[in-house]
Amino acid sequence: MSLPLLFWQVAFFLAPLIFLIAISFWTVRNFQMEPDLNLKNWERILTRGVFWDAYIRTMIYATVAALFTSLIAFPASYAISFKLSDKTRQWVVFLLIIPFFTSYLVRVYSLQVFLSDAGIINALLSKVGIPTMAMLNTPFGTLVGLVTLCLPLVILLQVFSLGFVNRDLVEAAHNLRCGRLRTVLQVIVPSARVGIVIAALFAFILSFGDFVSPLYLGGGNPPTLSIMITDITKSGQQWPRASVVALMMISTLLVIAFAAIKFAYRERGK
Amino acid sequence: MNTNKNPLIETSLRLHLVACIAFIFLPILGSFAFSLNSDRFPSIPLGAFSTEWYRLIWEDPFVWVGFFNTVKVGLVVALIATILGFGGAYTDYRFRFFGKNVYLALALLPPTIPVVIMGLAMLAFLSRVNLSGHAVSVIIAHGVMCSPFAMAIIRLRLSQMDPDLEAASWNLGGSEWATLRHVIIPFCRPALLAALFITMAVSFDEFAVAWFVSGLNETLPVKILGFLQGQVSPRINAIGSLAFLSSIILIIFAQMLMRNPTRTSK
Repeated sequence: MSLPLLFWQVAFFLAPLIFLIAISFWTVRNFQMEPDLNLKNWERILTRGVFWDAYIRTMIYATVAALFTSLIAFPASYAISFKLSDKTRQWVVFLLIIPFFTSYLVRVYSLQVFLSDAGIINALLSKVGIPTMAMLNTPFGTLVGLVTLCLPLVILLQVFSLGFVNRDLVEAAHNLRCGRLRTVLQVIVPSARVGIVIAALFAFILSFGDFVSPLYLGGGNPPTLSIMITDITKSGQQWPRASVVALMMISTLLVIAFAAIKFAYRERGK
Repeated sequence: MNTNKNPLIETSLRLHLVACIAFIFLPILGSFAFSLNSDRFPSIPLGAFSTEWYRLIWEDPFVWVGFFNTVKVGLVVALIATILGFGGAYTDYRFRFFGKNVYLALALLPPTIPVVIMGLAMLAFLSRVNLSGHAVSVIIAHGVMCSPFAMAIIRLRLSQMDPDLEAASWNLGGSEWATLRHVIIPFCRPALLAALFITMAVSFDEFAVAWFVSGLNETLPVKILGFLQGQVSPRINAIGSLAFLSSIILIIFAQMLMRNPTRTSK
């Protein structure tokens, strides 16, 4: 019973990831990969300014997207959890699940139509006399795409964690004449901290690895790490170098994930 | 000052929620509208109503090939992922063993690995074992990515099961396999069907890993990626709208099965 899944995941999930580590030490000769134990790929990638520029750019995009999405999401999650009737809440949650089953590519293509210079938003803006703004192929475009990608998931995770906030605590805060904003910041947010941090972490992971928004809404130039991987992979046999980039991404994500989880479960008041 | 309701705050919170939902659905609804619009690059005011883009994809043989690849892969993946997921969910429900956390991590982690990295790892690995470029390689990769979803859905259902049911069946002389067949699987049937539909929907939409490993056996989402790289093509909207409708139908089936488990499990 337990074995089929174990075999499948070891053979087709763990093995490819371990293989990725192995080929990062291989060499490419005459367009063929050869097994080797060579640090050249690592040296080549890690000494390049292009790589570190992309690394920092990707970090900034992912951080901004995670924070921004969390900030936009929280009032919405708060409204869903505390202000809606049970029936409306179910409907809103159902609405928020729908985007997971739409193609992200199609949504990004649609956003291109909205954001381009001659697109819908600029057409509307010009009607009220605001001059055309460049939105497509800018970092702003990337950010819009990343927020579209992450927002439903972040709201759902926040709603889930707000569901566990003890309503008596909120009531008690009110009775003790704790102000509304203070109740939210000092009672509700700390109680739901784990969920809020995990939601932001997921937004970070999604944005960090996404290549569609940076490429088709941000213009792809200068590249992010994911764009680098697709470029290197599709343009030839330099898979060892692409795997170095991939491994750097995985290690970064592991560090961020551990830090976030540690922060989420930290004892209160320390 | 501490009244529980302040109309201004209440209203602005609700408006914010509506704005968030509008923001999420704008591109989705936009895509529907654009797919029925005659303009190659729609703007305000919108052009005339037209089914031109649907006719173009209907007549495009490559779209059909992509469609059949997608369906073929989706059906097989749904079956594999549901079987694997059921095994995993039952293991988690029933057994306690050394290293269970490692087992669960292996089972559930794939969706958290960025798709480009999965794609690259799969491509490198599968081409080494000479499986890359076949439809099989997409099935293998999607099996890895979809089984956690199946496992989560089935595990949820198992947690609603009375733990005494299994014991009762053994006491009545049912073997482990008979219990599995006549007690557990019937109890899980709605979740199993839901898992089939959901994993199929996930596989239908996945493009990145499929793009890396599929070679010439492109699925429809990989096709869309190709269109995106080329010139502006509103055909994307038409394909996307149809794909969305089929996914939604799958989800509604799954939802109905999860909601009314008693009606479907006789």
